[in-house]
Amino acid sequence: MQFLALIYSSEGSEDVPMSELMGQYMDFGERAGAAGVVEGGNALQPIATATSVQIRQGKQTILDGPFAETKEQLGGYYLLQCKDLDEAIMWAAQIPTARYGTVEVRPVHNFG
Amino acid sequence: MALLRFVPCITLAKLNNGHDLTQLIRAEYGLLVGSLMSMAGDLSLAEDALQEALAQALEQWPSRGQPKNPAAWILTVARRRLLDQFRKTKHRNADLVQQTLLNTHPTQHDDVYDNGECIPDHRLELIFTCCHPSLAPEAQIALTLKVVCGLSIGQIARAYLTSEAAMSKRIGRAKFKIKHAGIGYKVPHGAAMEQRLSSVLAVIYLIYNESYNAYEGQTLTQEDLALEAIYLAKLMHGMLPQSSVAGLLALLLLHDSRRSARSSKTQTYIPLKLQDRSLWDQNKIAEGTKLVKSALVSGQFGPYQLQAAISALHSNAQSWKSTDWLQIVGLYDVLYDIEPSPIILLNHCVALFYAGSLDQSYQKVIELEPQLRDYQPYHAAKAEMEAELGDLTAAKESYILAIGLSKNDAEKQFLARQLRGL
Repeated sequence: MQFLALIYSSEGSEDVPMSELMGQYMDFGERAGAAGVVEGGNALQPIATATSVQIRQGKQTILDGPFAETKEQLGGYYLLQCKDLDEAIMWAAQIPTARYGTVEVRPVHNFG
Repeated sequence: MALLRFVPCITLAKLNNGHDLTQLIRAEYGLLVGSLMSMAGDLSLAEDALQEALAQALEQWPSRGQPKNPAAWILTVARRRLLDQFRKTKHRNADLVQQTLLNTHPTQHDDVYDNGECIPDHRLELIFTCCHPSLAPEAQIALTLKVVCGLSIGQIARAYLTSEAAMSKRIGRAKFKIKHAGIGYKVPHGAAMEQRLSSVLAVIYLIYNESYNAYEGQTLTQEDLALEAIYLAKLMHGMLPQSSVAGLLALLLLHDSRRSARSSKTQTYIPLKLQDRSLWDQNKIAEGTKLVKSALVSGQFGPYQLQAAISALHSNAQSWKSTDWLQIVGLYDVLYDIEPSPIILLNHCVALFYAGSLDQSYQKVIELEPQLRDYQPYHAAKAEMEAELGDLTAAKESYILAIGLSKNDAEKQFLARQLRGL
C-alpha cells in the first residue's frame, strides 16, 4: 500500500540547529531508502510562499497564503510503500520532525 | 444477559424469536465475525453476511431441526453469502472464499447439517484490529463490544448514554477506517506489539471502569459491562498469556470479587473500608491472587500487575486494620515511578496514612490540592483523614466539597451519611 506521510510543524519550532536537522533527514532518507520504503518525497518552501487557488462560479480566485492558517503547517511529505498502517506508522515515527511537529499518515486512494 | 454466553444451546421452540437466536450465537459471535473478517477484510461485510446467515437459520431450523454444530452451520452459510457478494462485485477474495467452501464442503448443495468444522479462531486479530490506536478510544470500545462481544448497537448506546444513531455512526466510521486506512488484520509483532497490546488492555480496563459509573438511565447494568470486560480479559489471557494480560485479568477479578459487598439493600455504595468481607467472592479472590503471583514472578511490573497486587493485598486481608499497608505503600511507590500521576500519589498517601504516618501523609495530601482540586475522591479521602485526626471542621468542609463534585447519587448519599456521622 502507498501511504503519504505529511510532515507538519510550526515553522522554526525545531529544537536542533538546521545543519543537524538536515543531517537527521539525510540519515532517515538513507535508512528508509535502503529498506525500499520511500517512493518519493520533498520538503516544501515555507508557507510565506503559499498561494491558494479556488474556482467559484467559473471564476478563479487567487489567494495569498495557505489553505488553512493553523499553528502547524505542511512542510514536506514522503510517499511510502508499506505493508500496512503499522509499518507506515513505524517509518513515520522515524521522520525527524515527528519529535516536535506532527506526521499525518494517510493511505493513497487506490481507484483500481 | 451476558450470562447467556455460557448457555450452550437452547430449545428449538424458542427459535421463532430472533432474539433468542442472537443470544445462542453470542458466545460464538466474535469467533464467527473474526473468521469471516479474515476473508472479507471489511467488518461491515462480515457482519452483514453473518446477519443473513442468522436470518436463514431462523427460517430453516424450526422445521428442519437445529444442526449438530450451529456455529459451523452459520459460518458456512455466511461464507456462501460472502461469496455471492464477492462474485457480484468481482472482489479479489472471491476465489479464496470459494476454495475455503470447497475444502470444507465439497458438495455445493445446502445440506450442512452434519458440519463438524472447527471454526478457525481469529479473535486475537479481531481484538487487535478493533483496538488499533489509530481509532479514537471511544470507537475502540464500542467496536470491541459490538463485534467481539456481540452486543447490539442499542445495548452499547444505552451503556454509554448516547443515541443509537450516534453509536451506529461511531461504529460505522470505525469500520470505514479499518477498511480504508491500511489497518492490517493481524496480531502485531516486534516493536509494535507493546503499544498495540497496551491499547487492547486499556479498552478492556475502560469497559470495566464504565461498569462502576452507574448513571441514571443506564439500562445495561454495571454487572453486564463488568462481565463483558472479564470475558474479554479471559479471552485475551487464554490466547496471549503475558504478564500484563494476567495482571489485568487478576485486577478485574479481584475488583469484581467485592461486587456484592459494594452495595446492600439499604446502601447503594459501600467503600472498601466498610464492606462486609464475608460477602467477598473467595473463588474470584483465589483465581485473581494466583494470577497476580504468576504475573509478578515474571519480573515485569507494569501498571496492571501492580494495581492487581495492591488489590490482592486488600482481598487477602482479614480486616481494614490488619491490611499490609506498608507493602501497599511500597507498591504505590513503584507504580508512581511508572505512572507519575497525582491520583497515584493520593492513593500512596492514603496507604501511608493507614500504615501509621498520619501527619506526614496528611501534609502530602494538602500539597496535592492544586492538582486534584476538582477530583471528588481527593476531598473524600482528605475528609476521612481529617475525621480520623479529629479535625471535624476541616472534615465537614471536605465532605461538602466532595458531595458537590460527585456525579453519582449513590456516592452522594454515602458522603452525606459520612458528613452527618461526624
